[in-house]
Amino acid sequence: MCLAIPAQVLSIDSATDQACVSLDGVRKEISLALVDGVEVGDYVLVHVGYALNRISPEEAEETLRLMRALGALDADAAQGASQSAPDQQPQPTQAGAAE
Amino acid sequence: MKFVDEYRDSALARDLARAILAEARPDRDYRLMEFCGGHTHAIFRYGVQDLMPENLRFVHGPGCPVCVLPMARIDQAIAMASQHGVTLCTYGDLMRVPASERQSLLKAKAAGADIRMVYSTQDALAIARAATQQQPAQQVVFFAIGFETTTPPTAVALKTARAEGLRNFSVFCNHVLTPPALRAILSDSADEVARIDGILGPSHVSTIIGSAAYEFVARDHGLPLVIAGFEPLDVMQSALMLVRQINQGRRDLQNQYSRAVSPEGNTKAQALMRDTLVPRERFEWRGLGWLPESALKIADAYADWDAEQRFPVAVTPGREHEGCECPKVLRGLMEPTDCKLFGRVCSPENPLGACMVSSEGACAAYWLHGRSRIPQRTASASAT
Ligand code: SF4
Repeated sequence: MCLAIPAQVLSIDSATDQACVSLDGVRKEISLALVDGVEVGDYVLVHVGYALNRISPEEAEETLRLMRALGALDADAAQGASQSAPDQQPQPTQAGAAE
Repeated sequence: MKFVDEYRDSALARDLARAILAEARPDRDYRLMEFCGGHTHAIFRYGVQDLMPENLRFVHGPGCPVCVLPMARIDQAIAMASQHGVTLCTYGDLMRVPASERQSLLKAKAAGADIRMVYSTQDALAIARAATQQQPAQQVVFFAIGFETTTPPTAVALKTARAEGLRNFSVFCNHVLTPPALRAILSDSADEVARIDGILGPSHVSTIIGSAAYEFVARDHGLPLVIAGFEPLDVMQSALMLVRQINQGRRDLQNQYSRAVSPEGNTKAQALMRDTLVPRERFEWRGLGWLPESALKIADAYADWDAEQRFPVAVTPGREHEGCECPKVLRGLMEPTDCKLFGRVCSPENPLGACMVSSEGACAAYWLHGRSRIPQRTASASAT
């Protein structure tokens, strides 16, 4: 029920506050009544025919970067621990976790 | 699909699973409640539970607006259609939810009531506009349901109807608020409270109300909460963040879903909601009972568009199916498979409770994605 799907804005009709978006290749008309300042090319979260919010590409990239770091770091740490690797191995995990 | 596929990468999922395994302490349990039905759905659909260590369990919460809507409200909607002859428009999710006397919106429609499925409040407005041309006396009621995610579109519809002077349109408002429900679960009486160590906070609800709305969880209940996106990797990363917090004895509010959620949320949508809707003194939630200030009704300035005032109906309180354990399932006190009716008489084809109707309900999720895993789980549970 609360599912919202990312879609890219293809065109905007400022007179009606409507936009045409591409939802995984499918074109759809949605309302922009809930979000100010949307531009063509932006990604928005679409729910029941409305854009709820813009998606931040910077934050999206940062989340993925963190995920990769978490995954890689801990895989290393786990491996390192079993091989009794040098002391500095687990430290980044500690520092990362303490932020 | 951009902003979707990246968060479903299986190699990264394995890395995250290994990271969680490495960090989860073998000497303790981690019970993480996912509040949102969207999370429940993702956990089952992508088999996230299977990637978790044995001692980390997801506990399913009440976060599915369809599942928590009491039967009486559906009875009321059906009565509006049958007694007042209104055209009732609603989202598809509601059509099959059981009402009293083995009724549902779908059955009422088959029996002749004018009930239509819409995708958006814009569609409901369009139906009302068309009616003013063709059958001016015909009244159109939008049966509004949903958490804070789905509420702003209703607010826009009310504003639009008033601006256009659309007199044959009104809203039957059933919007409910998530913070009071979460509060209710966390402060349940001691013998009934589900043991929870951390919470995966709402994703899309938070895009509207902001992550700061959940600060009370850490402050008042001493539990860590991570606002988590709906994709499987989002859920896994959030689980890892919770495990870390629990290990370190921290109880912070963190936001994993920062690509869509800010601390303050969507202030434009909030203003629209404030203009058109006001808190109800109390509202009944299926499974949680009557909760104060937990739902919204239409503000006085929009009374002309309030279906509850315009089309009053009397309904006798609906009685839920006797054996249905939805209330316990919704509070994280019981697993769907512990319900005697699960799979025997209750299935998505013949749902006895709302948790089996909605794809975001825990019972439907277990039925659709978890059946193969159930014997395993029972075996391991009885072995301990
Ligand atoms: S299995 Fe069916 S009857 Fe049992 S709790 Fe779930 S919805 Fe209710």
